[in-house]
Amino acid sequence: MMMKKQTMYFRMITSSLIRRRSRMIVALLAVAIGATILSGLVTIYYDVPRQMGQEFRSYGANLIFTPAGDETSFTMEAVRKATDFIPNNDIMGIAPYRYETVKINEQPFTAAGVIMDEVKKTSPYWFVSGQWPQNDGEALIGQEVSDYIRLSPGDMFTVTGANSVGDSFSRDFTVLGIVQTGGIEEAFLFVSLSDLEEMAGDKGRLDVVECSVSASQAELDDIVRRIDENVEEVTPRLVKRVTRSEGAVLAKLQALVYLVTTIALLLTMICVATTMMAVVAERRKEIGLKKALGAANRSIVMEFLGEGLFLGGLGGLLGALFGFAFAQTVSLNVFGRSISFQPRLIPASMAISIIITGLACLLPVRSATDVDPAIVLRGE
Amino acid sequence: MSLLLELKDVSKIYGSVKALRNVNLEVSRGEWLAIMGPSGSGKSTMMNIIGCMDKPSNGSVTLDGVDISKENSKSLTNIRRDKIGLIFQQFHLINYLTALENVMVAQYYHSMPDEKEALRALERVGLGDRAKHLPSQLSGGEQQRVCIARALINYPTLILADEPTGNLDEANESVVLDIFKRLHKEGSAIIVVTHDPEVADEAQRTVVLEHGRVARIVQGKNNAMGCDA
Repeated sequence: MMMKKQTMYFRMITSSLIRRRSRMIVALLAVAIGATILSGLVTIYYDVPRQMGQEFRSYGANLIFTPAGDETSFTMEAVRKATDFIPNNDIMGIAPYRYETVKINEQPFTAAGVIMDEVKKTSPYWFVSGQWPQNDGEALIGQEVSDYIRLSPGDMFTVTGANSVGDSFSRDFTVLGIVQTGGIEEAFLFVSLSDLEEMAGDKGRLDVVECSVSASQAELDDIVRRIDENVEEVTPRLVKRVTRSEGAVLAKLQALVYLVTTIALLLTMICVATTMMAVVAERRKEIGLKKALGAANRSIVMEFLGEGLFLGGLGGLLGALFGFAFAQTVSLNVFGRSISFQPRLIPASMAISIIITGLACLLPVRSATDVDPAIVLRGE
Repeated sequence: MSLLLELKDVSKIYGSVKALRNVNLEVSRGEWLAIMGPSGSGKSTMMNIIGCMDKPSNGSVTLDGVDISKENSKSLTNIRRDKIGLIFQQFHLINYLTALENVMVAQYYHSMPDEKEALRALERVGLGDRAKHLPSQLSGGEQQRVCIARALINYPTLILADEPTGNLDEANESVVLDIFKRLHKEGSAIIVVTHDPEVADEAQRTVVLEHGRVARIVQGKNNAMGCDA
């Protein structure tokens, strides 16, 4: 029964891989470990901006809205129009602020009306001694205010002032917490927006809105441009201090991962090449025999390449899967967040592994084809 | 019988070492020739030149009408594949292929693998029932018989055997010699390099090499041909 040459070719390759499995497992491990490190690092490289973008949100708001032109305030409706230009998934928090001058013990202070839960999201770096207010009638006071009027958490105090039509008001609050930020906020007292609006006697007027958006510098620039063009009532501004430092740190981190990935790729190539060279070197006798039997150099190269490419493909597949596990472990331990599997990494990892293994095989096999078959013939 | 192989004034020089010196030899089709000689006498060099694995420094070697001393490496590979069956002292079987597959490898490089024909070749050397065994599962004698089956599978013009019984015990030596006798009877030309006078005795002629020269030609007990060195 005649057999196709290709059938015999595959039979020889599979027999070599299966029946020399201890040797081949070593080679497969070398390829798979290399592919694991490579695909893991590539996954981390591409996931770092997302991971770090969320991490950077702890630096505080990176986008603020202020009244447009000569206006002194804007409405919540304008904020909604503006935030329509930000993808929902990227919004970490939107904190509206309204400021009024009030008096405590006849001393003037600036009171900020805020939505406490949103402030927590946009300013996660605030250090609060005590508790965050949850209800109306509760207040958070800055460290400076606390020092000045000697109030501690649990103390009551009375806020007085004049509303928008000139009538005086008086309102009691309980100190729930004292806030330290290292900034101007320590001179303010914070109450709920509804309390402040009630004291001021009008509603729907905002002075500033702080937004925390998880996006790259370019995406933020685009959001600002679109809001500027489409929403007349507000002027969007990036908090350069935050966005620039984010960009700089991100660029350095990516450069570091890129460097490590490149070095890992080189080490992988060296490791795989060394292993394949050892595999080929120990089969020089076999190569000599095949030449003695009449095999052309091309046939021998194709046989070894076939084995190498199979190992490369399988190693690349294993590497993509193990690499994801590796990246997931790094992500969970370093960033505390999970990453999603990128299916396109499988063909990419297989292709790179095949190329590396192919190259690693080709060079020693080509030199091995120079083997003099007479050496094999020589008796002892 | 017509001439199969002719060596005319063949010399081989490696640097300052003269491995072969003006060797003249003719081998007819169907002849069984033994080559003997001490180590360093030029046996291996002569085998390599006849087996198309080396070229002479001087002189000509004509195999089946082709002057192989003038061929390039690629042509020599083709000639070796088409005309020569090689049998080695160390058998040189591919250890991850079965006995059958080892025979089929020679077919693969020659033309088309044919499992049935390869199995018949193994049956001819008495190994039909060991076809699916790996070399590590075969005795030395059985491995040598697989090597012989591989050498025969492409119907070579010349069988070249280098110490074919060198690694075998007496019983297996006898089995291998019986196969050679049968092949000779069937008309195959055989050249055997050997140290063993008993093996050489089976040949029609024995060429004794010393210091790269043909020292003498001894007629074997089965000789039916003349000496022509």
